[in-house]
Amino acid sequence: MTNETIQFRVYRYNPDQDAKPYMQDISVEIDSTDRKLLDALVKLKVKDETISFRRSCREGVCGSDAMNINGKNGLACLTDVRDLKQPIELRPIPGLPVIRDLIVDMTQFFTQYHSIKPYVVNNSPAPERERLQSPEDRKELDGLYECILCACCSTSCPSFWWNPDKFVGPAGLLAAYRFIADTRDEATSERLDNLEDPYRLFRCHSIMNCVDVCPKGLNPTRAIGKIKDLMVKRAV
Amino acid sequence: MNVPVRHFDAVIVGAGGAGMRAALQLSEAGLKTAVISKVFPTRSHTVAAQGGVSASLGNSEKDHWHWHMYDTVKGSDWLGDQDAIEYMCREAPKVVVELEHFGMPFDRNDDGTIYQRPFGGHMSNFGEKPVRRACAAADRTGHAMLHALYQRNVRANTQFFVEWMALDLIRDADGNVQGVVAMEMETSEIVVFQAKATLFATGGAGRIYASSTNAFINTGDGLGMAARAGIPLEDMEFWQFHPTGVAGAGVLITEGVRGEGGILRNSDGERFMERYAPNAKDLASRDVVSRAMVTEINEGRGCGPNKDHVLLDITHLDPEVIMSKLPGIREISIKFAGVDPIKAPIPVVPTCHYQMGGIPTNYKGEVVLSTTDNHSDIVKGFYAAGECACASVHGANRLGTNSLLDLLVFGKSSGNSMIDFIKTQPENLPELNMAAIERSVARVARLDGQKNGTNVHEARSAMQRTMQAHCGVFRFKDMLAQGVAKILEVEEMIKTIEIADKSKVFNTARLEALELENLIEVAKATMISANARTESRGAHVRDDAEDTPANPNGRDDQNWLKHTLWHRDGNKLDYKPVNMTPLTVEAIALKTRSY
Repeated sequence: MTNETIQFRVYRYNPDQDAKPYMQDISVEIDSTDRKLLDALVKLKVKDETISFRRSCREGVCGSDAMNINGKNGLACLTDVRDLKQPIELRPIPGLPVIRDLIVDMTQFFTQYHSIKPYVVNNSPAPERERLQSPEDRKELDGLYECILCACCSTSCPSFWWNPDKFVGPAGLLAAYRFIADTRDEATSERLDNLEDPYRLFRCHSIMNCVDVCPKGLNPTRAIGKIKDLMVKRAV
Repeated sequence: MNVPVRHFDAVIVGAGGAGMRAALQLSEAGLKTAVISKVFPTRSHTVAAQGGVSASLGNSEKDHWHWHMYDTVKGSDWLGDQDAIEYMCREAPKVVVELEHFGMPFDRNDDGTIYQRPFGGHMSNFGEKPVRRACAAADRTGHAMLHALYQRNVRANTQFFVEWMALDLIRDADGNVQGVVAMEMETSEIVVFQAKATLFATGGAGRIYASSTNAFINTGDGLGMAARAGIPLEDMEFWQFHPTGVAGAGVLITEGVRGEGGILRNSDGERFMERYAPNAKDLASRDVVSRAMVTEINEGRGCGPNKDHVLLDITHLDPEVIMSKLPGIREISIKFAGVDPIKAPIPVVPTCHYQMGGIPTNYKGEVVLSTTDNHSDIVKGFYAAGECACASVHGANRLGTNSLLDLLVFGKSSGNSMIDFIKTQPENLPELNMAAIERSVARVARLDGQKNGTNVHEARSAMQRTMQAHCGVFRFKDMLAQGVAKILEVEEMIKTIEIADKSKVFNTARLEALELENLIEVAKATMISANARTESRGAHVRDDAEDTPANPNGRDDQNWLKHTLWHRDGNKLDYKPVNMTPLTVEAIALKTRSY
């Protein structure tokens, strides 16, 4: 088994002890079974147990371990550690208040997600069996429903940094379109009303950082474009 | 001592599928409900389920809940309780249709109905031939389901306490449950959640093993809390090793891959399952397939430079099918095995996946202490559902897709039982058992004050190595006996675990230490129960349980057709009979199991 030393520069901040944040230089030895950045981070935490980060599924579906890796947002569990330039610089995802080290307060992000009413609205009497949906109509949800709410996209978006309280952000808007696109949902008109505002939708300037960083390969900019098209269509 | 107390009608620990399905019943009934979770709800490990949720909808071909029931009883190697299994299989179509109404993005057939795929052990007409019963959203069924349940709970205004860890269960002098002690992770503040009814939906504990498909958070918190509060744990010797974890990484590859036509091959390129299960082949039950794989590897027909895995081959499938039905698997395979399954087979190995045992309950979700039946000696105010509970529908081996079904059916039935129970309770909550709360606070204080103790990582590694080596796919009499001694040594180490980080702010080192105190309870229960059960049944197979005409496959119904109950106090074992009386149909009679 070949061992290898990995150099890190990690953003550290514990409001209990530190007057202000600092960058810590630290290295850790990994072996051939450690492929991902998260594997190395778990080893790093054995060496210094005070380094704090979130993690759970370690396979890119739970969305816990989003962080800023060498300047770009991503999931530690899906990033090959050996492909990264060293020292690997790790910072919390930007634009949200830091609780400690790489752990941020996600309240603002989830408030925006909740603001789009993230559930199917259908007030018709429920049939005995499933509501029918053609495979083609179901396909409209592909590329939308797979979002894992990791916040890589919204926290790489300058419009969200400036107006996190007013702009829904790419994750929330992707979710908004997921429900608009669902043939079972009956609230398209209310959903568009909810976004008809100078900030909520229209602060998206198609910078496309969201597309660039999404660890699931989703395209919020395209979904936002489709919502904008619907806005235009109903205006004429 | 000054611990703040918050009052609720119901408190639910865990926000995975079971917890959120129960929460929905309670919230929609207008009850004041708190859901406590270590992680944001959509990060719970239900999110990682891939292949499907079973229900005899019959959308592609004729199916019947009674056939589903037969398959589940047979899959359980007759250790499952037949009343609970009938209940689950009959409820399945209802809860799956409900989930669709909640907005679950199931894949669809051309006629617009929910898409269903074949899965291991799913057969029509009482074991005759494979049937399409697994309702799927691509290979992301758990993700789609967990998000749909969270979304429905947002609609119902359920109150979530996100990033709180429950520490201990509170029982009064009569044993009735009063709620839980919990800690807010961001601040380390300890708060009592007092409620008329408490539900544990804390998931599995696969992290007792060194190699597991389970998430880091799957640390058996509910089982640890229950065991410390004097509740026994049922059938803990039965752990499912999923046949297809990515070799080296442990990440899950769904059985749905074989449902879509995938084939397991050894180093000779042989489809070896034809020898072990001539009828069901690659879609035999998981315990059967895992043992076949380990046998192939042990006999020198493993693949790779170390001959330590086998190959899962889907290169013969239409790439279109792989892209549309198995996109997540392709992503996992490329990212974790470095293999595009369209072009080359995936290296796989059996990996610890699911805990069949748990907190003893009946099909209503009530926690049961009785050693004679499932309906007497109920712990008042206490419920459990999902992987942390043992209803018991999975018995000695769970069928694929019955876990997601279990969450829906028993999450809902627990919620309903809690609603009925809460109605009978007086408006004012009784006086709290302060001694129980003090014990919990003292446990945290011990950890913070410990000096010259054991390192958490070292103790956890020792536990995981012991479980992996002594209690795996195949079990050996001597190794089990040594395993019991070793795990009790590890327990001693854990009594003095120490953390260097004493911070109050989001202290993940402290959380890992508290999680280890739960894991060790699960590890002890597993090893001690496995050592005692001197037969082979389902996932529990030992070398000294011989295949004889009286005991085919080593299964000894004469002596062991019974559930194990492990008590933390003195590591005492009790047993209780298996329920062989379904609710409305005749019992599925004992039979030798073959696929």
